[in-house]
Amino acid sequence: MKSAEEIFNLLKEKYNDGVKELVKQPIDAYITCDPLLINVISLFLMTHEDLLFDNLMILSGVDDANGKTVLVDGLKTIEGGTLSVYYHLESTKLRHKIVLRVSAPRENPEVESVSLIWHSADWHEREAFDLFGIKFLNHPDLRRILMPDDWEGHPLRKDYANPEFYLGIKVPY
Amino acid sequence: MAIKTEEMVLNMGPQHPSTHGVLRLELVLEGEIIQKVTPHIGYLHRCFEKHCEAMTYPQIVPYTDRMDYLAAMGNEFGYAVAVEKLLGLELPPRVEYIRVIMAELQRIASHLVAIGTYGADIGAMTPFLFAFRDREVVLNLFEITCGARMLYNYIWPGGLSHDLHPDFVRLAREFCVYFKPKIVEMNNLLSTNRIFIERTANVGVLPLETAINYGITGPMLRGSGFKWDIRKDDPYSVYDKFDFDIPVGTGKHGTVGDCWDRYDVRIREMEESVKIIEQALDQLPEGNVTSAIPKRIKPVVGSVYARVENPRGELGYFIMSNGTTSPYRIKVRGPSFVNLGIMDVLCKNHMVADVIAILGSVDIVLGEVDR
Amino acid sequence: MIIYDLLIKFVNWLQSFFVQNPSVLLSDVLAMIISAALPLIFVLTFVLWAVLAERKVSAWMQDRVGPNRTGPHGILQTVADLVKLLQKEDIVASENDKPLFNLAPVLVFSGAYMAFAIIPFSFAYIGSNIDLGLIFFVAASGFVTAGILMAGWASNNKYSLLGAMRSAAQIISYEIPTLLVLVTIIMITGTTNLRTLSEMQTGFFWNWMIFGGPGLSAAKFLFIPFMFIGFIILYISTLAEVNRTPFDIPEAESELVSGFHTEYSGMKFAMFFLSEYANMFAVSALVSAVFLGGYQSPFGYIGNLLHITWLVPIEQFFWFAFKGIFFVLVQMWLRWTLPRLRVDQLMALCWKYLIPIAFVNLIIVGLITVL
Repeated sequence: MKSAEEIFNLLKEKYNDGVKELVKQPIDAYITCDPLLINVISLFLMTHEDLLFDNLMILSGVDDANGKTVLVDGLKTIEGGTLSVYYHLESTKLRHKIVLRVSAPRENPEVESVSLIWHSADWHEREAFDLFGIKFLNHPDLRRILMPDDWEGHPLRKDYANPEFYLGIKVPY
Repeated sequence: MAIKTEEMVLNMGPQHPSTHGVLRLELVLEGEIIQKVTPHIGYLHRCFEKHCEAMTYPQIVPYTDRMDYLAAMGNEFGYAVAVEKLLGLELPPRVEYIRVIMAELQRIASHLVAIGTYGADIGAMTPFLFAFRDREVVLNLFEITCGARMLYNYIWPGGLSHDLHPDFVRLAREFCVYFKPKIVEMNNLLSTNRIFIERTANVGVLPLETAINYGITGPMLRGSGFKWDIRKDDPYSVYDKFDFDIPVGTGKHGTVGDCWDRYDVRIREMEESVKIIEQALDQLPEGNVTSAIPKRIKPVVGSVYARVENPRGELGYFIMSNGTTSPYRIKVRGPSFVNLGIMDVLCKNHMVADVIAILGSVDIVLGEVDR
Repeated sequence: MIIYDLLIKFVNWLQSFFVQNPSVLLSDVLAMIISAALPLIFVLTFVLWAVLAERKVSAWMQDRVGPNRTGPHGILQTVADLVKLLQKEDIVASENDKPLFNLAPVLVFSGAYMAFAIIPFSFAYIGSNIDLGLIFFVAASGFVTAGILMAGWASNNKYSLLGAMRSAAQIISYEIPTLLVLVTIIMITGTTNLRTLSEMQTGFFWNWMIFGGPGLSAAKFLFIPFMFIGFIILYISTLAEVNRTPFDIPEAESELVSGFHTEYSGMKFAMFFLSEYANMFAVSALVSAVFLGGYQSPFGYIGNLLHITWLVPIEQFFWFAFKGIFFVLVQMWLRWTLPRLRVDQLMALCWKYLIPIAFVNLIIVGLITVL
């Protein structure tokens, strides 16, 4: 069973540029990583004999809303800033947990997919794409999962506004 | 000369008696053999996560009920555990014991629905009605406690909404005595029925490595032979004070990890739940259940991930707080959402009738899949 | 037969009001028509009772009450259902094959009703005393198969097509064990006429075919175990012929919605419904006629005891109805207890188990008869 610091040290010595820092915020500390190297980091986490993270518990997208709020066509839009993805990992054999976080720029959020490493990420990543617009590179089947296939916009972003009409039906009531 | 055959695409559409809700399964068939199954979900999406960002923490509790509406106490319990972890609250022991009793009663009720509807899908209509008759007793217990039979708004972060009714302990003990022979009856009627075994053994075999990699939890994972239960492996509340066993699948009538094993794990889990309820009723301390409920929930900036063992698997809440009275982001890890992703792997090279058997053994509730 | 002669006399008497010399041809034709309609009255009354019985029997088995609002104990429920179905809109989709779509229920009901022509209701009445009774019965069920296939195809619906194809395969396969067992009986008794067969089993119940047949010989006692095996095989095969659980894959409610009669509404659906119950009674009557003495009483007749000869045919009719209804109730009992078999298991049961056993049975009985 390893603590967060030990895991962070193990990761840092292997991937110095991919792994950035260990943020000790309440309640769960997390390790920030590079979005385009997350898949190699994940493979290392899963296969290294001291780590053995074989279970991806949850993968969630978060809108950091740390950009500038501007008014575009009368609607409040956020420009700049990042969208993040949080990964909560667990090892069923060694009984330790860790949280990873990657951040991608809001205008073109691209994160490497880990669905080939942990297949449970498949649908979670589709949901993050659907609700936030985060593109997962090398995902086998990236399309909308909860919203209708022809919906426009990404609902869970902080600057999301409902469209006026959808297929001829007036949306706001 | 070879006959040109085409694969047929069959839609087990959103409206179907056996898909347990609005789920669309697109089957690509070659005769009666399945080549590919694609589940399409989102028909019951009610924007729970976006909605939570506009409400305060206590206001979210009734909405958590409505995700997995067949195991509502479990949903509330998970949310309460997550918020209390974020706040660092200390709870009176009476609250913890009552929460455990409610969660285990809910587990029995939910498994009865799963077993009854599974039998009805396979064709045996009678166990369905027997299961629902027994479930009525559990729902009566819930009704005298908080007034509602299905969606309770009972477990609040920091405590409970009402204390137990004065008759509750007596009625709960009577239920435990009433229920044990009913499990035996269900086993005689359905579990050991030769036709039922033929329909479910060796069907939809889930190997253990695949299960862990796909994030499967709950009776599905235990059916594949792995003793993993959040109540024992990552204990929350007062579960470490009880003595109970974790049933796993043994491949008794086929291979380990087939549909019969998952069904059998659910039946045996009901027996274990009765044990836990009896122990909790014996150990129930006195106290005030509403004393620790905070007047205003305003956590520090941070995030937490807390999970509970719901009847369908591991229910997790990822709550991010930005220091205000509303959460910044709540993400719910619904067990049915993750378990449903494995349908394609399980259904390969089975027949159309097996899809029903496999879907019944996955035991999904669309409210949780779509949120 | 007595009833037929009575009918001719009746028609002649009616004619004598209008003409001086009653025409023989006209009386013959009219008597035949009325005689053919008599089983229709019986079938309709039976269905009126059977639909209610199914719902009540299933309710009592499932710990509930069943219909009890329409009339005392729900007696008028079927009448209410019939009135409802009569006033429903007859929906024919634009893509359906209209001639086949409209013809299918007619064929299915005619097939079921044709089987009643050769079943002896009592000594006084049989629809048609042809010497090919048993073979005619098996041929009539071919009509039902054709009707079901037509219904499935003309519905223009993948589910109905699947259901109809499964049903056709099932009925055709299960006709073989039926025929094998019937051939066994034919070998022993030397006749295919059901009336002669029933007459042979006169006396007390130890003269029934299931106990080896009339007379007292070594062969009779040797036959008994094989007759029991034959009886069970015949009962199971005829269950499959009428698409009852555990063989109700064609109308599997939870898989194919309603199978081949999904698209039918109103009176056409009522025809399918009616013919299912008529079929159930027909095969029950066949099984009891072949093995259990048909209309013969197990103990002797009260009419004979009191020397009232005209009471005997009425008593025989009563025994006939009693045996038929008893087997129908057993069919209902099986439906609500057992889950349903999957298509390939159904076929395996027929071809791998029932046919070899029936065949061996046939050979052994043949050897005993010859020696």
